[in-house]
Parts: sequence; C-alpha cells; structure tokens
Amino acid sequence: MQSDVNETEATLPVDENLNFDFSSTSVSRSELDSPALEIKGSMFTLPVLRLQSTDMELIAKDLSQRLAQHLRFFEHAPVVIELDHLDEQANRLDLPALCALLRQAHLVPVGVRQANPEQAKAAIAAGLAVLKGGGNAAPRSVSTSPANQAEVAPASTKQTETASPRPEALPAKVVSQQVRSGQQIYARGSDLIVLAAVNAGAEVIADGNIHIYAPLRGRALAGVQGDTSASIFTQSMEAELVAIAGNYQVFEEGPAKDIYSRAVRIFLDDTHINISPLS
Amino acid sequence: MSKVVVVTSGKGGVGKTTTSASFATGLAMRGHKTAVIDFDVGLRNLDLIMGCERRVVYDFVNVINGEASLKQALIRDKAHDNLFILPASQTRDKDAFTTEGVGKVIDELRESFDYIICDSPAGIEKGAMMALYFADEALIVTNPEVSSVRDSDRILGILGAKSKRAEEGLEPIKEHLVITRYSASRVATGEMLAIEDIQELLGIDLLGVIPESGAVLQASNAGVPVVRDEVSNSGQAYQDLISRFLGEELPMRFLDTEKKGFLKRLFGT
Repeated sequence: MQSDVNETEATLPVDENLNFDFSSTSVSRSELDSPALEIKGSMFTLPVLRLQSTDMELIAKDLSQRLAQHLRFFEHAPVVIELDHLDEQANRLDLPALCALLRQAHLVPVGVRQANPEQAKAAIAAGLAVLKGGGNAAPRSVSTSPANQAEVAPASTKQTETASPRPEALPAKVVSQQVRSGQQIYARGSDLIVLAAVNAGAEVIADGNIHIYAPLRGRALAGVQGDTSASIFTQSMEAELVAIAGNYQVFEEGPAKDIYSRAVRIFLDDTHINISPLS
Repeated sequence: MSKVVVVTSGKGGVGKTTTSASFATGLAMRGHKTAVIDFDVGLRNLDLIMGCERRVVYDFVNVINGEASLKQALIRDKAHDNLFILPASQTRDKDAFTTEGVGKVIDELRESFDYIICDSPAGIEKGAMMALYFADEALIVTNPEVSSVRDSDRILGILGAKSKRAEEGLEPIKEHLVITRYSASRVATGEMLAIEDIQELLGIDLLGVIPESGAVLQASNAGVPVVRDEVSNSGQAYQDLISRFLGEELPMRFLDTEKKGFLKRLFGT
C-alpha cells in the first residue's frame, strides 16, 4: 500500500463555483456601477495524488521520496486528491491531516475527486473543492508523457450547462501524409492534426478541432458530435466545404478573396461559420 | 532484383497504354529484360499499340486459370527479343482476376524478368486494383487538366492504402509523376494547368513531361511504340523519362513553346 503521485493530467471541470481565473478577471474602473468582478471558466492541468492508503506515515514517507525526484516541478503545485482507490478504508482518511501534510511538502491541495457523499462532506469541511469526472485511467508512472493522458474539458462556461459532447478526448490523431481525393480521415473523440495538404475531394473529420499545417482544398468537418467550440485551422484556406458541429458552409466559387489561400481559423459564432485570418 | 511498375491514372484516355508500351520498349532497348502486362480485361489495347494483336493466342486470364502456361501466353516483341507482352483477354471480364492468381503470375515473372510493367485500366475497379496491388513503383500518368489531376490524386490515395506494400506495412510504393499531352501554348493561355501547379497538388516527383504530338497517334496506329520514333519530341521525351527512371539526371525538355512560335507572335503572323 502506498500513495502514488501521478502526473496524470486532471482538468478541473469548468464550474463557476470552483474556478476563478483571476488573471483574466477585469474590473472596469471607468464606470461606477460596473460589477466588481467577472466570473469566467477556464481549464487547468493539475497533478493528481492517487491515494492508495490512509496511513499518514506511509503517505508522508512515499511522498517525500517521490517529491525528492521532482522537487522543482511540484513546488507549490496545486494538487487534486483522488479517492477512487481507497475502498472500505476510505472513510477513515483524515483529510485535514493529509492537507497539512501536503502543505508541509509545499503542495497546495485544491480539491478531491471520485469522492463518495461522506468524503465530499469531509472535503468541503476541510476547505477543499469536490471535483467531478476523471479517474478511470490506469495509474501511470511519472515519466509518462502527460500529452497521452490529456482530458479535454469544454472551454467555455456555456458548455457546462449541458453535458459535454466530448467528455474524455483521446490523444490527437496525427496525419503526416497528404490526404488525397476520395480519402476520409476521422479522428473519433479527439483533435485531428494534418501535416500535409488536404486535397480537393478529400474529407477530414474530427470530434474535436482540426489543425492543418498545409493547404485545405477539400472538406473539413470539426466537432461533428456537436462540440460548437471546435475550430478548424489551416495555413491556406482553399476549402470546398467547412463545417462545425453540423453548421456548414460551401464555397461554390472558392473562398472569398480576403481569406483565399490565407492562414485562417474557422469557428462557430452562434450558428454562423466565422472565418478569420490568423495574423 | 526485379521490379514491378504499375502505369496508372484513374482517368481514361490520358495515355496509360501509350506510356506502358513506350516505357517497356525503352527499358528493353537499354538491355533490361522486360514484360508488359495488359490488365484491361475486355478492352485490350496494349497488343495493338505494341503491334502484336495478330499473334495473341493465349492471354493473361488463360494463365491465371491454368489453361495455358506463362511461356505459351507471353508474346515476344518483333524488334526486341528481351521484351514480352502478356495480353489481356478480350472475352472475359474483370471478375476473372483473383489476388492469388495474379500474384502467382507476377511471382513467376519476377523469376526471369528485370522489369514487369503493369498497364492498368482506367477507373478504380478490380482490374485497376489488381494492376497496382503488387507494384514496387508507380508511374502516375496525368494530363494537365483538373479532372485528370483529381483522379490521379485518388489513385495515389489508393496506392498508399490498398496495395500489397501498404497492407503489409512495407516501404511504400515509389510514385513518379508523368505528365502527358502537354502543350506549352495551351498552358500559356490558361487552358491547361502548369506543371508546377500539378506537382504542387499531387506532391510527388516529376519523372517526365511528354508533349502533345501527332507522332503519338501515328505511332499507335502503326503499332510501333512512340519511344522508337527518334525524331519526334514525344519519342525523345519518353527516352529522357526512362533515363531518369534509371537514375540519370536530365533537365526537362519541350516545356516551352517553340522559338518559331515566339517570332510568329512577335511579328503577328
């Protein structure tokens, strides 16, 4: 039995109650009746402490050993405590003591996840947030590339009102060869990155965003499972058709002159396809 | 090591069979033992262009079905005794092809030939798929026009996905671009696509540009591959193409409108 520091990325579910992005909070000073603050959703990558024991001594020992290897990386890092792996002993966990231990190790406990109702109560009492989601990934060693574990949470607060259309995205699909006429590439549950041209008559599709580091001459459909926040990026806009979350635009006469063969981002503005040059 | 080279395009009428005949003949002229196979079952043409249509007794399908031996079906070229033609069947249809059957014939040819040229039919149906399946290299024959380039792109996609090399995860087929029926004056007026544009769209190396020429049609009618016509631009362009295929570095010729044309234009005649 040991505690396990995972570099597994956790993303805080975007929830106004939990997250304040202070850096982007803007207070307008010019108007007296303006609000004192603004609430925004944002996404963070946090280390997760996957607890496998409730024995404080064991945890302390294991923690100090592990942190010794990655001292700088974890200094003052916010951590999420995962309670998933503590079955029947779970309720014996002394959360305030654990928090004190973590703070002593220069970590900042911010929340728990995979908590049962009992634990959730204890967490709130200890001043910790209760986070939703995540936790079904197998334990990984610290050396595992964090990118392989990326979980994508919706990037806008608007999205949290309904269930996320892609709650757990897979690593992005990378295509390095030209996508030729008649070929179709679908990145299921993830972003799609294409390093060569998407030719006329070819189709690239993703549940997430589509990045094309070459000309887009065929069709690109992003967010096909309904993610309205998905975007398409291309270095040269020459597309036949683009679509985001089912909203599409065809270019019968080719894209307009002001965007043709320019680097652009294509995104959804309400239900309107918006194409803006990347400067 | 023998090499299997498919000559393919997707689109019909772009010059696949002309290119197959000239390419195979040119390789044989340089001393390489070469076989050229017609995969266009039901619409055989290669034997006409090679001038051996009256000597066809057995065909490719007979060999696949075990009705004739390869030796019986191969027709030796009259002018080059290291060049052989395996004609297509006139009467069967493309269902006669099986992967095992074609594979067996190709393997047998590999034992005694340096180059095996597969002349693909147009389209992307069984005959075309079989022609490219066993290829080590491919000549993609393209005309300087949008629909031909689009079809070539489609075929390149198939080469990269459905060939034996692709399925077995071996080194991919080496692809060469061959632009045929090229007319510099029509490129200048915007009627045809420029070579750079075609290359940019398809993203493969250019092996040769064959200028549009009446000599090609004459040669086809006479049953003599145009590569043997040393006078015509097209014949010379095919010779250059074969040299490049064999590793020589040669500049592209016949890309500009002739000087005479330029002077004519200058004086308005």
